[in-house]
Amino acid sequence: MKLLLRFDPKITSEPIIAKSVIKTKTLINILKASVDQRGGEMLIEIPEENSEKVISTLKEFGVDVTKLDRPIIRDDNLCVHCGLCISLCPTEVFKFDEEYRVTIDEKLCLHCYTCVVFCPVKALKAP
Amino acid sequence: MKTLSEINRKIREGNVCVVTAEEMTSLVKEHGAEEAAKEVDVVTTATFGTMCSSGVFLNFGHSDPPIRMERAWLNDVEAYTGIAAVDVYLGATQPSETRGIEYGGAHVIEDLVAGKSVELRAISSGTDCYPRKEIITEVCLEDINQAILINPRNAYQKYIAATNSSDEVLHTYMGTLLPNFGNVTFSGAGALSPLSNDPEYRTLGIGTRILVGGGIGYIIGEGTQHDPKRGYGTLMVKGDLKKMSTNYLRAASIYKYGVSLYLGIGVPIPILDEKLAISTAISDEEISVSIVDFGVQRRDRPSVKITNYAELKSGKVEINGEEVKVSPISSYYKAREIAKELKKMIERGEFLLTAPIERLSCDMELKPMKQTEKLILVRNVMEKAEVISINTTIKEAAKMILSKRVNHLPVVSSEGKLIGIITSWDISKAVALGKTGKVEEIMTRKVITVSPNDPIHVAARKLEQYEISALPVINEHREVVGMITSEHLSKLVARR
Repeated sequence: MKLLLRFDPKITSEPIIAKSVIKTKTLINILKASVDQRGGEMLIEIPEENSEKVISTLKEFGVDVTKLDRPIIRDDNLCVHCGLCISLCPTEVFKFDEEYRVTIDEKLCLHCYTCVVFCPVKALKAP
Repeated sequence: MKTLSEINRKIREGNVCVVTAEEMTSLVKEHGAEEAAKEVDVVTTATFGTMCSSGVFLNFGHSDPPIRMERAWLNDVEAYTGIAAVDVYLGATQPSETRGIEYGGAHVIEDLVAGKSVELRAISSGTDCYPRKEIITEVCLEDINQAILINPRNAYQKYIAATNSSDEVLHTYMGTLLPNFGNVTFSGAGALSPLSNDPEYRTLGIGTRILVGGGIGYIIGEGTQHDPKRGYGTLMVKGDLKKMSTNYLRAASIYKYGVSLYLGIGVPIPILDEKLAISTAISDEEISVSIVDFGVQRRDRPSVKITNYAELKSGKVEINGEEVKVSPISSYYKAREIAKELKKMIERGEFLLTAPIERLSCDMELKPMKQTEKLILVRNVMEKAEVISINTTIKEAAKMILSKRVNHLPVVSSEGKLIGIITSWDISKAVALGKTGKVEEIMTRKVITVSPNDPIHVAARKLEQYEISALPVINEHREVVGMITSEHLSKLVARR
């Protein structure tokens, strides 16, 4: 499961991820992180089994947690299967099937939303 | 040898043999061209891609009192009115005056095809016979008299692929190109492409019946920039917007580039003899594509590699020893759909083929634009650059700015290569923060540069785009050979 975390500037200097790992005994995989004077934002991946415990622990530490169930949403009526998203996606979310229709592998999505910005027919949306 | 009337008779009788160009490739491979030519009557070809050179002639009928439209807008997208009173030409790439490139001519065209209402606004200085000076009204496609799609250039025989050797992201009509050969994009339906299946244009020309945007249309003749000798033929096509469907006609907003129109075109090729069986058997591997470097901002862009549609469709191509991700900007899925749809229409007797009254030209020459002004290059106007080494102190740099009366000092490494730049702003900032020490600590490392052979337009655009006032000029070894500033360029403009 992927989570989007937001940290208030007051808590960015604390090792919250490390503390959460120790407390919940669950491996937290950091996919993307950026921290500056306005605060921090992190995209993490955690196993499904212990997810609720990790989420409540992070919240206890003062982190704002958003579950990312659906990475990007595609309107199948708008998609023309041009494939422009394929070479712009930093991972391999998009692929052609045998019919040359574009397929989406949600598990690989990093929520960078590059594809949403670039889709020429605006078929993709952030959730 | 078959004739077109024989084929059309079979269509009427319901026993015509139609295959798509993809199916023909395997058929000929398996059974040979002679056999295929006997069996197959029609091969359907198709393409679905961004066709910028498209637009629609609209006639709205006369208002009461009548107006001679001098300027007109459809949903804030300006249409060309220099043709009679209530005729306009709406170009696909025209951007909206209020929504920029998120909405344009193509979007208006799609909205009309979708049955939506569009706001027509027009103004005029008025005449004795057309006294009205302005009008605003809402119209949809059925209110309009004629909505004739006339596209100057569609259905390229094949097209280049694009990549980017520079270290900046480029937003182009071929999509976004990532730096340092980060990706390759391409366009075209490969073996399904209409003109590629009849490269001698034996069955293609004015009057050839085709499918445009899902409705019946016709080839008018060669499209603009038709380049038969190099294999880049194009079509000018006509269609009736009222017969089209948004399944095959869609507006596109290409990020930071502009508006375009995704259009689906289907062309049937009658298999009159073995030669046409051979030409329609063309495969993706046999159609060569040049991967062109858009990192070079000139008309003649270098070709990085020659590949083919089969390799491009595999999703990966090798450039300089590295595997690069490839993606199309045209939809092969839709092209296939159109080829199949045309096949079904012919089988159902709903589509009869026509012979061209005159074939497309096989020997037209494509010319570049004649330029009467001499092109000025950076090397013609650049000045000597004062450079400093990486070991220079901030104080020495400040002294140099004063003594040499410059505002920019490129910083070079011990090997003489450009690694940074110092401006008077950086010096002021250093003084304000009380910094002393080497220039290395305060210099900007990401330097925007030009090459001596770049036209000054490239330099001018970079100065504007990055909001800077000087560009170091570097050669291919990253050595600083000159400096060009916005002062130079404005002097040049003033002189003219």
